[in-house]
Amino acid sequence: MNSIPISWYLVLSAGLFSLGLFGVLARKNAVAILLGIELMLNAVNLNLVTFWRYNNPAEMTGQVFAIIVFAVAAAEVAVGLALIISIYRNRNTVMADDIDLMKW
Amino acid sequence: MTTMQVLFLIFAAIILGSAFKVVTTKKMIHAAFWLIVVLFGVAALYAMLNAGFMAMVQVVVYVGAIAILFIFAVMLTRKELLDKGPALNDNKSIAAVLSLLSFGGLYMLLRNWSGFMNMAPALPETDMVEELGTALVTPDMYLLPFEIASVLLLAALIGAVYVANEARSE
Repeated sequence: MNSIPISWYLVLSAGLFSLGLFGVLARKNAVAILLGIELMLNAVNLNLVTFWRYNNPAEMTGQVFAIIVFAVAAAEVAVGLALIISIYRNRNTVMADDIDLMKW
Repeated sequence: MTTMQVLFLIFAAIILGSAFKVVTTKKMIHAAFWLIVVLFGVAALYAMLNAGFMAMVQVVVYVGAIAILFIFAVMLTRKELLDKGPALNDNKSIAAVLSLLSFGGLYMLLRNWSGFMNMAPALPETDMVEELGTALVTPDMYLLPFEIASVLLLAALIGAVYVANEARSE
C-alpha cells in the first residue's frame, strides 16, 4: 500500500526548510520573518513524523517529539507576534530594517 | 507510479509552490493565507504517513490557532498591509544562495546515508492513538516533557498578554 521511499519525504522537507530559511533571511516585514520560521518548524515536524513511520512505528517517541514541537511553536508565535504588535504601537513600523533601537 | 506516489507528488507540489508564495508575496494577508495552504498540505502528508492524530492536531492547532493569530497580527499592523516598498531586502541574493546551499548540503548529506531509499515497515496491530495517549501520561515515558510543555504554554500566554498590553503604567 505504501510505496513511497523515505527519500521523497526527506527531500520535500529539506526544500520546505530552505524556503523558510530564505523567508527568514530575505523578508523585510517582521511578521513575514515569523511566517518563514513557521515553514521551517513544519519541515522539522514532517521529518520527525517521517522518521517515526519509517523507523519503528510501534515506538511513539517521534510523534511525542512532534507534539512538543507544536507546543513550542505555538508559544513562540504568541510571544513573537505580541512583541511585533508592541513594537508597532511604540514605533509605528513592522519593518525589520527600521527596528534598530538596539543597533550599535 | 502508484496512487500514493501520485498523491504525494501533488501534495509536494502544492506545499512547495505555496511555501514559495509565502516567502515572496508582497501583501502580508495573502502570505498568511498561503501559509494555511502549506499547513493543510503538511496535514495531508501526516495522514499519508498513518499519523492521523498528528494530521488532526496540525489542522486544529496550526490552521485553527497559529494561522489565525498571524492574520490578527497582520490586521493589527495594518499600515503595512499594502506596503509600497519591495517585499525582500537588499540581501535577497545572498539569502537565495544561502538557502540553495542549505538545500544542497542537506541533499548531499541524505544522499550519502545508507537508509536513503528505505521503505516503510508494516504498521503494528495496536491502536496507535491509544498508544500515543498512554505514552504522553505514563510517568516513565513522556509525562514530564508533556507537563513542562503545558507550563511553557502558560508562561507564553502570560508573557504575550503582558508584552502586547499597552494600558499598563510606565
